[in-house]
Amino acid sequence: MAVPEQQMQQEPVVVADGLTIHFDLRGGDTVKAVDGVSFQIRPGETFGIIGESGSGKTTVGRALVGLLKPTGGRILYAGQDVSALSSSQYRQLRRNYQIIFQDPHAALNPRMTILQSVQEPMEIMRDGNPASRRQTARDALERAGLPPEIGARYPHELSGGQKQRVNIARALTVNPRFIVCDEVVAALDVSVRGAILNLFADLQKEFGLTYAFITHDISVVAHISNRVGVMYLGRLMELGPTGPVTEQPLHPYTRALLSAEPLPLPSEMRDQARRIRLTGEIPSPVSPPSGCRFRTRCPSAQAVCAEHVPEWRELRPDHWVACHFSTEEGPPDAS
Amino acid sequence: MALRDTVDEAALGGSLTGQAGGSPTVKPDAAEALLSVEDLSIGFRGRDGDTSVTRKVSFFVRPGERVGVVGESGCGKTVTGLSLLRLLPERTARIDGRILFDGRDLSTLPMREMRKIRGRDISMIFQEPMSALDPVFTIGQQLSETLLAHFDMSRKEARERSIQALTEVGIPLPERRYDEYPHQFSGGMRQRVMIAMALICKPRLIVADEPTTALDVTVQAQIIDLLCQLSDDTGTALLFITHDLGVVAETCSRMLTMYAGEVVEDAAVDEALRRPGHPYTSGLLRSLPRLSERGERLPSIPGRVPSPNAMPEGCRFRDRCPYARPGCEDYQPMVTDRRGRHVRCWRVDELALPGAVD
Repeated sequence: MAVPEQQMQQEPVVVADGLTIHFDLRGGDTVKAVDGVSFQIRPGETFGIIGESGSGKTTVGRALVGLLKPTGGRILYAGQDVSALSSSQYRQLRRNYQIIFQDPHAALNPRMTILQSVQEPMEIMRDGNPASRRQTARDALERAGLPPEIGARYPHELSGGQKQRVNIARALTVNPRFIVCDEVVAALDVSVRGAILNLFADLQKEFGLTYAFITHDISVVAHISNRVGVMYLGRLMELGPTGPVTEQPLHPYTRALLSAEPLPLPSEMRDQARRIRLTGEIPSPVSPPSGCRFRTRCPSAQAVCAEHVPEWRELRPDHWVACHFSTEEGPPDAS
Repeated sequence: MALRDTVDEAALGGSLTGQAGGSPTVKPDAAEALLSVEDLSIGFRGRDGDTSVTRKVSFFVRPGERVGVVGESGCGKTVTGLSLLRLLPERTARIDGRILFDGRDLSTLPMREMRKIRGRDISMIFQEPMSALDPVFTIGQQLSETLLAHFDMSRKEARERSIQALTEVGIPLPERRYDEYPHQFSGGMRQRVMIAMALICKPRLIVADEPTTALDVTVQAQIIDLLCQLSDDTGTALLFITHDLGVVAETCSRMLTMYAGEVVEDAAVDEALRRPGHPYTSGLLRSLPRLSERGERLPSIPGRVPSPNAMPEGCRFRDRCPYARPGCEDYQPMVTDRRGRHVRCWRVDELALPGAVD
């Protein structure tokens, strides 16, 4: 899935610029779900966002399609700041940015037939007429690999994989440029994940789609993404091309995350020594640690990590990291 | 059981230690197995007649052994696990077959006797710790209750033992956390509490149903280490139900693959990963994204698990199986192949199926 050279120089599809999203709690506390995250998503690429629960990855995804308003920073769509647009302009722009959620069942209205569900976005956008909407919906279902008779069925009659295909078909009906895929295969059995990931790849090629692929599953993100951003407690720790990030990471957190993944390999092929065991759990986003957010679990943490937020440094071409001690060779030695 | 004579004593002796690696899958005699499930068929009564969920499931667990149960959702893994502790609804569940634990058949045991076994000899860890913990009682009360139900001891002793159990599972400040409520614990800490509760009476078998699925990968790694270390230290056997083949590879020595309510393969984990005997096991392993080159097409298993009301005759996997041939529509018994794998496929000796290693 190499991105062609001339596309790379085109304007980014989406830009997050110092994106900050805080939620106020009763009692005056603030959840700092996302705290100053910047990245650009390039046309035609799959941009992976990986992180554990509480990292803010889902919040970023929702903000990217306008479901959440940034409390700080901005999001630019094709260079335009949304807050400067009129509501009708925003509406027209918004259709280019779709999202598909983790739970394929919860995303479908149980009282609507599949065909009705798939037509709904076009009705909201006032596209075409009833006949053309029906035809577009049927075409989209077919493109998502579903037989035509599915349209008359209800969500409970479908398997998880089929329902996720319906959600994909529905997102396609309004011809988006960009789709946020939030844990779209997490609820599916291993045996059908491959087919759904293949479908995403096919559609990307056919329609020139750009994806933000949000997942906790390293093997999924490594497979489908061109570039990966690693989030921890509301911040980006590392950002770079998928190969280098998943094979020679720069950040101690990325390294630990990769090593924690259980490998389905025979015992003699698993290197037990590779394991970097993190102690403790991700701290509360209400009172994140000072300085580097990862320092409380980092095996290489020093005094400076509590005092200064690490600079965002480009240590390899297009490969960025937020760690005081990482070098071009990789993260500091865990000792 | 005649098979037992064909393995040498050294191999059997090695398998009893429960170490990861290649323990033989030869069926031990009743005296040797801690748990022996024989022809367990589970069905549920409904308005439209009975629905069969598992068919003639047979397997065994040796003392201290860690056995993984894998398969897609809807294959009967969880129902089988629950049936071992008789946790299925008595009024609607129909159970045939035998569940021999330590020589006693749990499937016919009076409930009064069964309660003495639950939590004491066999305990269970569930996927969602919050639904297994009572929100209105403190962690300490719930831990002590387990002890007081099975042992004649004072509340003070129960408290001390509970705090010790919290320490063993790595909960910081156990004296203070003893008096806290479940909502004050994080997901990982709650799962540690569940493990403490499961281990507190030093049971001989723990049934763990997706115990790490709801956890983050870095916390999952901690919990897996903890379970293995505690099982090594106490000699507790583990039946590990999971859809995650990586988790099985890292924890278990033997693996049962279930499909559509049947055990289709019973083999040492390393053997099953390298040379799976059943096309379904092979299909699951090949579906893992990590085995494919980045950006390449991923293999998957077409179709879905048939619903209990529409089970095909003969091999239940044949509609999805790339190796199906005439002959697969016949009933498939479990066969033992040249390698000693137990596989529910008549073609096992002629098929060389790809596994997790190329």
